[in-house]
Amino acid sequence: MASIDTGGGDSGHKKGPGVKKAKKLSTRVDMTPMVDLGFLLITFFVFTATMTTPTTLDLNMPKDIKDEKEQTETKESSTLTILLGKNNHVYYYEGQLKVAEGENNFKSSNFKDIRNVILNKKKEVISRYASHPDPECEAKAQKEGKPVSNCADKDFVVIIKASKDASYKNTVDILDEMTINQVRTYAMVKIGKEDQELMDKTEESNPAN
Amino acid sequence: MPSVKLPRKSTDTDMTPFVDIAFLILSFFIMATKFKPPEPVEITTPGSVLSQKLPESNAVMITVDSANRVFFSVLSDKDKSKYDVVIQGINESQNLNLSPAEMKDFSKVFAVGVPFGSLKEYLSMSDEEQKKVKQPGIPVLDSANNQLYWWILESKKAFVGEKLNFLIKGDQKSKYPTFEAVVSALKRNDEFKYNLVTALDDVPSGSELDKVLKVQGKVEKN
Repeated sequence: MASIDTGGGDSGHKKGPGVKKAKKLSTRVDMTPMVDLGFLLITFFVFTATMTTPTTLDLNMPKDIKDEKEQTETKESSTLTILLGKNNHVYYYEGQLKVAEGENNFKSSNFKDIRNVILNKKKEVISRYASHPDPECEAKAQKEGKPVSNCADKDFVVIIKASKDASYKNTVDILDEMTINQVRTYAMVKIGKEDQELMDKTEESNPAN
Repeated sequence: MPSVKLPRKSTDTDMTPFVDIAFLILSFFIMATKFKPPEPVEITTPGSVLSQKLPESNAVMITVDSANRVFFSVLSDKDKSKYDVVIQGINESQNLNLSPAEMKDFSKVFAVGVPFGSLKEYLSMSDEEQKKVKQPGIPVLDSANNQLYWWILESKKAFVGEKLNFLIKGDQKSKYPTFEAVVSALKRNDEFKYNLVTALDDVPSGSELDKVLKVQGKVEKN
């Protein structure tokens, strides 16, 4: 197949009777088996190769602070709380939770829409900053060689509360969302009783989703 | 009419370049392939957009599988004596009465997922038996008996003076409380920085991160 037969017929000169012609052996080697084996090995290595090198997501947790005085306070107007529920459900509310009639700010969302929610809130915080700039922070940022724009969203805080039904994937996804949307300050907080109850109720009322 | 004689061409093709390429690809794959280390359980990690490399040595890996079982393993390629230090520490602090042979066996076990009570029994098994037996996972959910705390404490002692990374490798389907319990065991050891093992996802185009990365890329080009 892959070799060329160069041992031609006896069309050469005649050497007289009884003189045996030394048969010319071809120097070409049949490479087919070698190629076969080569490709067999290639397929083997292609299938076993682990091309997905794992990467890591850094997570820094704060120390547990028992003393209430030392706890960080966030501005209500710049805080977004995200709750992770059952079956990849996401709930959120801005500022304090209000569930009174006509003033319900507890909203349901999903992992696709939550990005816009975060971005809108971030924009809102930044636009509010534009009317009340903080020269102190800007001076400090300039001194340290950091972009001044960092000051605009310094108050913006996302609080993540995962319920016991939330999966690990959801947790990583929402942390990832923080990276994607460049949220600088976020915290993972234990879910409150009120939040949990509200979430359970919402899930009960629309079991279809 | 004179007939035009077409020269007869051989149907054989020269396969040499073909073979060259084939073996080039082959050698590439041989070099690039890194065989997966043995894993106690199959874990599907969630994706994240961060492309940071995973530290592979001087690390403690805490694995959480889809059934919320917790496994503990020490990764130390350079210094194998760390394994002995960890298990000796566990042996002493928990009064497990492990024999030297059983302690030696610990370095061969890729990940431990048994409570302290069954550790002696597990380590005394042969390698074959260890593979067959289904490990129940290290108990973590009960905050009074979070045994992971001890494992971390002992590995911190073993790696004292060196940088130790804490890797948390969780399955997509594992639930949040287990993750929280793992984190609380680390927190009790005054460790607040962890690496979550993830697979690489693409950065969504047009997102804030995408813009930042593009700006950074431009700066580097200039």
